[in-house]
Amino acid sequence: MTFKSIAKQFKDGIIDNNPVLIQLLGMCPTLATTTSVSNAIGMGLAATAVLICSNVLISLLRKFIPKQVRIAAFIVIISGFVTAVELLIKAFFFELYGSLGLFIPLIVVNCIILARAEAFASKNPVLPSAIDGLSMGLGFTFALVLIATVREILGNGTFLGFSLFGENYSPAIIFILPAGAFLTLGFIVAAVQALKNRADDKNNARAAAEEILAHEAEKTKEQDK
Amino acid sequence: MSFTEVLLMMFGAILVENFIFSKFYGCCPFLGVSEKPGTALGMGMAVTFVMTISSAVTWAVYYLLLKPFGLEYLKTVAFILVIAALVQFIEMFLRKFVPALYSAMGIFLPLITTNCAVLGAALVNIQNGYDFIGSVCYGFAAAIGFTLAIVIFAGLRSRIDYDAAPRAFRGFPLTLIAAGLLAMAFAGFSGVNFS
Repeated sequence: MTFKSIAKQFKDGIIDNNPVLIQLLGMCPTLATTTSVSNAIGMGLAATAVLICSNVLISLLRKFIPKQVRIAAFIVIISGFVTAVELLIKAFFFELYGSLGLFIPLIVVNCIILARAEAFASKNPVLPSAIDGLSMGLGFTFALVLIATVREILGNGTFLGFSLFGENYSPAIIFILPAGAFLTLGFIVAAVQALKNRADDKNNARAAAEEILAHEAEKTKEQDK
Repeated sequence: MSFTEVLLMMFGAILVENFIFSKFYGCCPFLGVSEKPGTALGMGMAVTFVMTISSAVTWAVYYLLLKPFGLEYLKTVAFILVIAALVQFIEMFLRKFVPALYSAMGIFLPLITTNCAVLGAALVNIQNGYDFIGSVCYGFAAAIGFTLAIVIFAGLRSRIDYDAAPRAFRGFPLTLIAAGLLAMAFAGFSGVNFS
């Protein structure tokens, strides 16, 4: 493994193939736990920890798990790590445990983790799988924090609990209600699609321009003859 | 739980604390399998079927198996395994004995294993300390709430497809925004309180 391939994996997980913003996976925790930035960080890091551990173990066991029962085996492995993470959060971050509630055990059914197990860890060696888990987990955390920043600032007037606009600001409470979760994510995904469309257009225009130039060059060549 | 209590809890689970619009359980199938009202209804039926049965089974597993041995901390692992096995079993049973029902909702059954609504309902039952009847009724009512939401939303979505929207908003973003508007409508129930 070279440094370049590791860097590419990170860019893939966080930007190019972001699990939430591009692949549109794991919607339940994304919508539910982004009411505040601290919740989003907690949820993102908990899922990242589970993702790294499950990717490593599944990659180690990839030659022993029979193909027919692999999904069941993956779910058992993932739920084991989720239980461990749940107990750790309960022991050391009780406040976070209270505010995330049932969404910690529900990491088990987070599609991102099962998708990475199936698509990557069950086919690749341990080290790339661990890096894949870390980069996808950070991509998930990044998306969660982005959504939570918008929702917390607009809906509560705070960032990480610090008041931003003073006493007289009346926040738009709708943004921390469920409806605000759908709306915020909708607008953020639209922004991502707009950026992607612009990049695509640019590439298409460049390709078209190059084609025209090549055509012209050929024409002049023929005329010269 | 008395009859009135169960009835009020069921009403609350369907409208006030709707699984999708207030708890966000089951958003993946809600956003993924809601393109046509017909398929949405099939998915809703399958979820209702599985959630009612799984609420009963997970209640039994927790209070008859895990609790007597002091293994409550294993409930996540135990529940997801029970649900996965149950879904597999229901699929085989329906295919063999009730082909009509299988053809209506068979293709949705494998998707349900990783549906957080089913596991979510099982965990809520334990967290709220419902008895057996309460658990089954809660699972059933929550699933009816899910079905209601997904069918209404599929009706909305089949209209969106004909609208001229800005290019960046086409597809998923517009779906999410429509869901946000529907969530606002459901937020109207949030003031309803029986106690």
